[in-house]
Amino acid sequence: MTAPAAAAPALIQVAPRASLAYMVKDALATGAIALALAIPLVGFRTVDRGATTILETRFTQMFVGVAVIAIGRFVFSLIDAGRARAVLVAALALSIAWPVAAALGAGQEGWRPLAWMTWLLAGSVVLRAAYVAYGDRAALRGDVAPGERLGATVQRLSMYFGPLLFLFAIAMPLLPMADQRWVDLGILVLTYIMLGWGLNVVVGLAGLLDLGYVAFYAVGAYSYAIIAKTFGLNFWEALPIAGALAASFGVLLGFPVLRLRGDYLAIVTLGFGEIVRVVLLNWDELSNGPKGIGGIPRPSFFGMPFTPAPPEGTMSFHQWFSSTFWEIGFSPIQRATYLYYIILILALATNLFTLRIRKLPISRAWEALREDEIACRALGINPTNTKLTAFAIGAMFGGFAGSFFATRQGFISPESFNFIESAIILAIVVLGGMGSQIGVVIASIVLIGGPEWFRDLESYRMLAFGGLMVMIMIWRPQGLLAFREPTIRLKPLPPKSP
Amino acid sequence: MAYFLQQLINGVTLGSMFGLIAIGYTMVYGIIGMVNFAHGDIFMIGGFVAIIAFMALGILGVTWVPMALLCILIIAMAFTALHGWAVERVAYRPLRGSNRLAPLISAIGMSIFLQNYVQLLQGARNKALPPVISGGVQIMETDGFTVQFGYMQMVIVGITIALMAAFTLLIARTSLGRQQRACEQDMKMAWLLGVDVDRTIAMTFVMGAALAAVAGLVWLMYYGVIDFFVGFLAGIKAFTAAVLGGIGSLPGAMLGGILIGLIDTFWAGYFSNEYRDVATFAVLVLVLIFRPNGLLGKPEIEKV
Repeated sequence: MTAPAAAAPALIQVAPRASLAYMVKDALATGAIALALAIPLVGFRTVDRGATTILETRFTQMFVGVAVIAIGRFVFSLIDAGRARAVLVAALALSIAWPVAAALGAGQEGWRPLAWMTWLLAGSVVLRAAYVAYGDRAALRGDVAPGERLGATVQRLSMYFGPLLFLFAIAMPLLPMADQRWVDLGILVLTYIMLGWGLNVVVGLAGLLDLGYVAFYAVGAYSYAIIAKTFGLNFWEALPIAGALAASFGVLLGFPVLRLRGDYLAIVTLGFGEIVRVVLLNWDELSNGPKGIGGIPRPSFFGMPFTPAPPEGTMSFHQWFSSTFWEIGFSPIQRATYLYYIILILALATNLFTLRIRKLPISRAWEALREDEIACRALGINPTNTKLTAFAIGAMFGGFAGSFFATRQGFISPESFNFIESAIILAIVVLGGMGSQIGVVIASIVLIGGPEWFRDLESYRMLAFGGLMVMIMIWRPQGLLAFREPTIRLKPLPPKSP
Repeated sequence: MAYFLQQLINGVTLGSMFGLIAIGYTMVYGIIGMVNFAHGDIFMIGGFVAIIAFMALGILGVTWVPMALLCILIIAMAFTALHGWAVERVAYRPLRGSNRLAPLISAIGMSIFLQNYVQLLQGARNKALPPVISGGVQIMETDGFTVQFGYMQMVIVGITIALMAAFTLLIARTSLGRQQRACEQDMKMAWLLGVDVDRTIAMTFVMGAALAAVAGLVWLMYYGVIDFFVGFLAGIKAFTAAVLGGIGSLPGAMLGGILIGLIDTFWAGYFSNEYRDVATFAVLVLVLIFRPNGLLGKPEIEKV
């Protein structure tokens, strides 16, 4: 077997053919392929009617969709042929006329995916045309690629933006508009930020593709639930144990596989995630099977629970607060706020850890291994141990987040830990820019917060995640917002004094 | 003994299907050295195309079973192969020559995309197909337990053997097969000698997808149901089969498929049905620890 595709045979670049006839032919060919792809799965629909399945057709939608694709292809080749400004004008003119046409079809159930697709295509046409028409000159001036510049800009902005975001995160639950829904959403987003930062150590820094990250999340959650219920430890006591357990699972899993190539790791972690779920589903004595574990102890504030009426002899949080500061009544938002700060602290600890460890030799070794394993081996780095550390640390943070999840929910079942979760976390890391901390934050807010607000998008969410992962890999394999400054730069020579 | 024999027959049937899927993994890995995560979902699409073709033919009134089966086989292979080609063209070809991680992430993105694409278009529920071929030959009968070799199982094993033979001939004798082997050995050199590398790789995906479509069709007919998530586990198991047989080796994929089918069936039959997926996974990890090149694979030398 050869080292695959080290030198891609893309040496001959076909010059873009700008003739109108070629573009029409190209668009028709694209339309034909799209039609052939669409006939079985879009053109027909299997519908359950009682015990039997029947077939429905939706050829109209199929033909409209194919036409949209063919026109889109044609428009894109027009843009690339140097007619960007004309396309932009036409697109803007159409965007005024379009809502009228869209209103006719968009209301009906079967047409909605098509409407979304059209909007998406129109948006990307406008973006691309605007970029080609007005962006190119700017790209010619600078010596960096435009995507690189975007990453650098975000990086620079994040110097100012980051602290602001941090202050906002701290102040958020205390702001007047913060109701239960806001705080809950904040907790959710922060949980994914933490998971993203944890996985970022594995995928972003060490370059190991972990497709079963949710397994460590599950290990953390179940460890906390079982430890807290069996031994009566509180959250902060159980947290390190859960993290350590998750990390040891990471070592156990990583040890046989990390010696081998990255693809094996990916598929083994994929399998492992599924296995953990299967075991949790079936090992009733440990995990109570599909019924899940309920009644997990909720966190208490230095021993003071968040309950309206605490047991005799103890004091609940609102009573203590009332006696120490000022009078407040009981409200469930107090517990939510407390949980919010717990996950904020955990997430920030993850971030701080990552930022600090990037300055240590071990993280340098991770990044070096990601770039060139053979060179690292020649330099005396033990690849297996180094990767194992990254894997274990990532697993540990997953375990922490899992413990938090368990204490927040009060109830866990295997269904919370399926492959979709792993895919979402991976999408956050990949779309945010592998290795970029601020990218994970932005991606979590957009990918988790967005669908929570726009419920209509919920069903298209995973479709979009998958598609975006492919597109990002094609256009910017290092991630949308990734920008890597060299970690070490040689100091410029001091000017020679005459 | 009777129980054992029955499990053996079931295992070989299941293994044939895994083998058909595993060939797609092993060929793609052999040529461009990547795990095509979306292959399990290509198999699922094959199943869906097949069920839609079944119903469409039923409406058209093609009821003579061999004729209908042949039509469906061709339809499923053609459309699924087109999907395989499109996946390669969209998600993998632009990434040729980039680093290791990019095609893997692209592949997993494609897999997520295809699953949700089918779920959105066809609904999330199980799609059921009434049995097309039923009955079988009773081989032996001991104290109340009948060993049956179903006609459907015969069809599956027969189709698999026929396809394997045709496929081996294709690789060994035709110019396409020669080009594929050349690309596998040294892509750059093959390109210099005038082999259209892009086309050869695309044909590899097309062939892998066509075989996966056959697997999807017989899977659908054997189990009678299919859903959008079926490619996930079947994909992992078929990949395990490819690794067990030695990834990159065609006979290895078939052998690995049969072995995984047997392990899966016997584990479920004798130990525990709940943990049958765990058994496959354990095999994968054990093979990777003790014999990473698989049973029939060549050792992999990493060149700088």
